Amino acid sequence: MSLMEHLPILVVIIPLLAAPLCVLADHPRVAWLVALAAAWLSFAAAIALAAQVSATGTISYQLGGWAPPWGIEYRIDTLASYVLIIVTAIAALVMVAAKESVAREIPGERVARFYAALMLVFAGLLGIVATGDAFNVFVFLEVSSLASYALISMGRDRRALNAAFQYLVMGTIGATFILIGIGFLYMMTGTLNMQDLAARLPAVADSRTVRAGFAFLTIGIGLKLAMFPLHLWLPNAYAYAPSVVSVFLAATATKVAVYLMLRFVFSVFGHDFTFGQMALHYILLPLAMIAIISASLVAVFQENLKRMLAYSSVAQIGYILLGLAIATTEGVTASMLHLFNHALMKGALFMALGAVVWRVGSVRLADLAGLGHYMPWTMGAFVIGALSLIGIPLTAGFVSKWYLVTAAMSVGWWWLVPVIAVGSLLAVIYVWRVIEVVWFRPANPQLAGYGEAPLSLLWPTWGLALANLYFGINSDLTTGTAEAAAAALFGGLR
Amino acid sequence: MSGSTLIALALLLPFLGALLIALLGRAVALRDGVVLLVPLVLLAVVAQLPGPVLAGEAPSLFLIEMMPGLSLRFEAEPLGVIFACVAGLLWPIASLYSIGYLRGNKEKHQTRFHVCFALAIGGAMGVALAGNLITLFAAYELLTLSTYPLVAHKGNDTAIRGARTYLGILLLTSVGFLLPAILWTWVVAGTVEFTPGGILAGKLDDGLMGILLLLYVYGIGKAALMPFHRWLPAAMVAPTPVSALLHAVAVVKAGVFTMVKVVVYVFGTDVLTGLAASDWVFAIAAATILIASTIALRQDNLKRRLAYSTISQLSYVVMGAFILAPLSLIGAALHIVAHAFGKITLFFAAGAIYTASHKTEISQLDGIGWKMPWTMAAFSIGALSMIGIPPAAGFLSKWYLLLGAWQTEHLMAMLVIIISTLLNTAYFAPIIYAAWFKPPVDDAQHGEAPVAIVIALSLTALLTLLLFFLPDLPLALAQAIPGTAP
Repeated sequence: MSLMEHLPILVVIIPLLAAPLCVLADHPRVAWLVALAAAWLSFAAAIALAAQVSATGTISYQLGGWAPPWGIEYRIDTLASYVLIIVTAIAALVMVAAKESVAREIPGERVARFYAALMLVFAGLLGIVATGDAFNVFVFLEVSSLASYALISMGRDRRALNAAFQYLVMGTIGATFILIGIGFLYMMTGTLNMQDLAARLPAVADSRTVRAGFAFLTIGIGLKLAMFPLHLWLPNAYAYAPSVVSVFLAATATKVAVYLMLRFVFSVFGHDFTFGQMALHYILLPLAMIAIISASLVAVFQENLKRMLAYSSVAQIGYILLGLAIATTEGVTASMLHLFNHALMKGALFMALGAVVWRVGSVRLADLAGLGHYMPWTMGAFVIGALSLIGIPLTAGFVSKWYLVTAAMSVGWWWLVPVIAVGSLLAVIYVWRVIEVVWFRPANPQLAGYGEAPLSLLWPTWGLALANLYFGINSDLTTGTAEAAAAALFGGLR
Repeated sequence: MSGSTLIALALLLPFLGALLIALLGRAVALRDGVVLLVPLVLLAVVAQLPGPVLAGEAPSLFLIEMMPGLSLRFEAEPLGVIFACVAGLLWPIASLYSIGYLRGNKEKHQTRFHVCFALAIGGAMGVALAGNLITLFAAYELLTLSTYPLVAHKGNDTAIRGARTYLGILLLTSVGFLLPAILWTWVVAGTVEFTPGGILAGKLDDGLMGILLLLYVYGIGKAALMPFHRWLPAAMVAPTPVSALLHAVAVVKAGVFTMVKVVVYVFGTDVLTGLAASDWVFAIAAATILIASTIALRQDNLKRRLAYSTISQLSYVVMGAFILAPLSLIGAALHIVAHAFGKITLFFAAGAIYTASHKTEISQLDGIGWKMPWTMAAFSIGALSMIGIPPAAGFLSKWYLLLGAWQTEHLMAMLVIIISTLLNTAYFAPIIYAAWFKPPVDDAQHGEAPVAIVIALSLTALLTLLLFFLPDLPLALAQAIPGTAP
């Protein structure tokens, strides 16, 4: 089974090759088929990888047969396989929905290039997760970032250009910081392989260079994951990007950035350095708390629903960072659970909005009065996603919040409980504004005669919505994997 | 049928009903047939629950482990069976009434209404039969969410604003206090399963235990303890069948039921007996009884007066539980039943008056008794029950509450019950008097409400009387609750 041996690279290579194919085909339908096939193949590869990892443990793959630390190593452990599944699963669903949505939002002659860029983002994100090489991380980061600037700028609204430019500036600063950080580490250790870095860093940890490298990396990654107050690029980028891109980025891009944070914090620098010497939690904790409260508050006042969800994402990232800041196995488990669950809920919500854009062409709250009667299935999925976002029991959001609060309580940080509760209540307010208008206000006369979105948009949306319920009722798979991944992060690298 | 099959059916039927109603939305006659039939089947199911439970069995149903150590599990115990039977008994009657009311008032969105109604009953069954705190919480939230569309039903500004208050307070209390309380319990006790005698003994010192108790007491917003009571009057914008079954029975009873459940199965009466915070909760409940009754005096809108009366009556249950005497606990359990029968009758009557004459204010009701004799007779019986005069069921529960207070020489409790009885009389007697003995102020020509409505309210009035004469079954169940053995 030689193909199976090459899975770690295949999962990245498939979409990477699909990108030029899309351009070469230069035909909307063919390009879509190529992208669809690539996404589902990657998904299959990611599942196979996860099965392999859980059966035999961490996989180390040597690119071109060059042994690490000289060659580039691809390293898939539980955490990586978990994130790969999130990214590929979302991509697979997004591609199904993409056909109709893209046909509506992107001019015909640009569709092929759109899919090419989407595949590049996808490949880049997967590469960041799969690789075990610090410089390779930077390369893939740039691949995905540059492609995503292009994607965002393709939004129908002219403000998309501005948003893309804003993101370009911020993203480039972030990437540069990451590069500088990696450079500093390389200076001190002479290696770029993460395993090797982890082994050599402790000896030089007490140097200003390493500390500065850590700082650069943290801020660089913080920009990428929209850590408060480095989140300013995110709301516009999500709000004005084409629907498909909003779904995909919201559900995956920040997740991969969080993965990167976990990777550097735990696998490269190590728990003791990060939290002992650098006391990262003292920085993360207040920022996460402010993010939860302030971004939720801002979300309450948004008229554009995509912007509202974008601010909500900033708040949700706050929850993820909160778990990280608790810095115990339970805390990191909660973080990783929320990583997955947030992808599910935001995926469902943004996808439902995608269907709304397809049908109505607007996501301004005032235009959507009474939409529930015309698009009951779409708005039904929206309600499920919204309940999960609030954290109502029997939805996925409840599970991750439960873990987060127990983690906080078990280290005696009971004062985090009100913060999380207030965040949830603010979420009630901002999603309920929508539910109220959409289901209970008299219908907007302009909507008369509108029907449901096409089935190809509906079923991925409902797939995600039902996943929110499934993983809220039976969380074996997610909690098990998250716990295993967290234990590995703590256990293997003390 | 085995106990666990019964539980499964009791939980499944409302959801099945909701699904069928949704599917049959356009076939109105068929849909309304389902609306009537499913509750009857459910009644046949829950009516079989008391047997095994009184025989000392504890039928249970394990669904799934949601998170390690936290499962969706249901168990029938005496208190829950009482609640399930009350809801199961009143749902068919309320369905009959709903059909009459919705058609009589030509309400829109009837299918959505019936679907959400069935879902709410599903939530109530879940609360009644939950085997642990987390299951109970899930069902509790389902009940909140499924009743929201019913409160917002009319879709005008008042309805939406009322529904906002409703949802806001219920979610604020449940997410802000109840969930943290459950999490705290989970962290210190390592379990959230309902256990006779409680799971918290010796786990926290008195101060923290008191805080936890207050978190529970205010977290259970559906019990409408002041100052978190405002959602209940706000919910009165809903169509009357909703106020009747949900905001006099299912939702509010889910609140006080949860309260008693927490007292008996989470804290345990032994832990609470020595706790200073128990006295505070008693005081809060007593204050709620008196203040809400006083406010009720001043309401001219009939439904609002009934709502404040409900708030006050709910606190009887809470107070009964926190007198912490075996007999008053029996009184609390009985009051869940007695108040349900009486208050649903009163709301049914209010809705009948509205449907027949479009009157909503008490000052408009002069002489209405002779135009709507059935309705006002039922109303009078319901009012007697609220005041606690034989031969209405309310007497029975108040009697046990008083006995419990007597037994523990709880003078405060006795005083509160007596004053509040006077207040109850003060706000119900004038209505009855005006309806029967004052001359009509206008010459509006109307007769009785539609026959479905009249049948429904006569049935519940009859139940109120029957409970007084045949209290054996609920009494036996109440006496089977752990902690009620003298």
